[in-house]
Amino acid sequence: MVEKDLALEDKAKVLRKHIVKMIGEAGSGHPGGSLSVIDIVTALYFEVMKVNPDDPKWPDRDRFILSKGHAAPALYAALAEKGFFPVEDLLGLRQVDSHLQGHPDLKKTPGVEVSTGSLGHGLAVANGMALAGKLDKSTYRVYVVLGDGELQEGSVWEAAMASAHYKLDNLVAILDYNGLQIDGPVEEVMDLGDVGLKWQAFGWHVISIDGHDFEQILNAFKEAETIKDRPTMIVAHTVKGKGVSFMEHGVEWHGTAPNEDQVKKALDELA
Amino acid sequence: MKATRDAYGEALVQLGERKDIVVLDADLSKSTKTATFAKVFPERFFNMGIAEANMMDTAAGLALSGKVPFASTFAVFAAGRAFDQVRNTICYPGLNVKIAATHAGITVGEDGGSHQAIEDISLMRTLPNMTVIVPADAIEAEQAVKKAAEINGPVYIRLGRSGVPVVHPEDYDFRIGKGNLLADGTDVTIVATGIMVAEALEAKKILEQEGISAAVVNIATIKPIDKELLVSMAGKTGAMVTAEEHSIIGGLGSAVAEVLSEEYPVPLKRVGVKDVFGRSGKPKELLEYYGLTAKNIAIAAKEVLSKKRG
Repeated sequence: MVEKDLALEDKAKVLRKHIVKMIGEAGSGHPGGSLSVIDIVTALYFEVMKVNPDDPKWPDRDRFILSKGHAAPALYAALAEKGFFPVEDLLGLRQVDSHLQGHPDLKKTPGVEVSTGSLGHGLAVANGMALAGKLDKSTYRVYVVLGDGELQEGSVWEAAMASAHYKLDNLVAILDYNGLQIDGPVEEVMDLGDVGLKWQAFGWHVISIDGHDFEQILNAFKEAETIKDRPTMIVAHTVKGKGVSFMEHGVEWHGTAPNEDQVKKALDELA
Repeated sequence: MKATRDAYGEALVQLGERKDIVVLDADLSKSTKTATFAKVFPERFFNMGIAEANMMDTAAGLALSGKVPFASTFAVFAAGRAFDQVRNTICYPGLNVKIAATHAGITVGEDGGSHQAIEDISLMRTLPNMTVIVPADAIEAEQAVKKAAEINGPVYIRLGRSGVPVVHPEDYDFRIGKGNLLADGTDVTIVATGIMVAEALEAKKILEQEGISAAVVNIATIKPIDKELLVSMAGKTGAMVTAEEHSIIGGLGSAVAEVLSEEYPVPLKRVGVKDVFGRSGKPKELLEYYGLTAKNIAIAAKEVLSKKRG
């Protein structure tokens, strides 16, 4: 078992501050889903994954795909803190002269593995990477984060079938299950039913965790490594806007930027 | 007579010696002719089931990991059903995925309009980074497949179901982006692509009997299109007819019109499917039904000549 990791909690707090600041500066973006996924992203980049900022294309690196591309600020914050590009770049988010696009763009940003934004693509791309890893007998692992609303895209299930069919045990999907999408609660917009059972029925090993508890997050990734001949889905129960009191559980914070006062208030809370 | 899809299947097996070549299909490998590759190189063939969107994104993932994937299904599914995958995940980042789409156009035949892609060239050529190739015969198809594997970036290769006559010599050298003047002429230029190239050559014969000298140009690469050759032929003959097994909206005819109207305006007539969907029938019957024959090209040539300025 992994002990409570204070360093990761501190790191996540730093990344949360980046998210609030950069979206505030940009005047647009998606804070809610960036804050709900950030603990998972933090665990991956600062504990779990083998990546090298000095050699972003290192062939044996682990791969991370943010299929819910609108949480780009979470990915950018992690990449900057990891050293893929200067932290100062973060304040250029969504600006015309910046490499930080509204949604991740692999051509523009060092460390971004896949261009995402249109939902329902990331898992199938991850399958391709995992298949290539098997062909090359490489040891790298592929991690892909999906949104809960994203599961309404049928292409996710095409891909889910394929991951199990090809026994991609070098693939881990994480569901950022924050329960809210643009038009309201997920179960009201289009109920997902029993998500865990669905993935199990598709042939996946399923682990259910609190997506803000680092002990549970790290243990889930460790467990996934022991699973053979099956992909693993980590259903991470999260809170939209987590860490900023006035954003938590607020559907209105899906795609709204905080104003100056709200940024200040959020940063005070995260201090 | 040989179908371009057959040439594709054979070229793939030759390419298969390269270890980075991988092939994906969506439950149509016998029809798309990827089945031969699957038999010879089973470890590098991935059947993705009846899930074309999934196939395109998986191909993207393979390309991002250093592989050169060829993804095949019918054109109507490759360009239509999987458009978002091709747009956002393959073309937007310019990934090295080759889409070899078979059963394009109305010569699919009896399966009918639901299966006859008449808009795929239009959809594919509008995407930045995409190269679009429509081989005219088996010789060109084989070379196009091999050349596509040599360049880095997304390529859409449009292939047909039915046999087509060979119009190129064995020593033909296909080059991406280069048109090919198959027969010279002075009065009008017929610019054709795919299976209509053979019809264009027949049209030239018909026109000759009426004392009209027609040049025939094969534009196999619709994008990037050979502007230089088009402008020079427009200058030389002063009138142009396009011929394609595709809607007259958005395909070769539109691409040629775009070049001519900006660079060298001359009267132009487009022979193609006239903004309608296909239907069931034998391929030859359908070509007659939709007016995609040498005779129709010749009629169009005469019409365009009447509009030629003196």
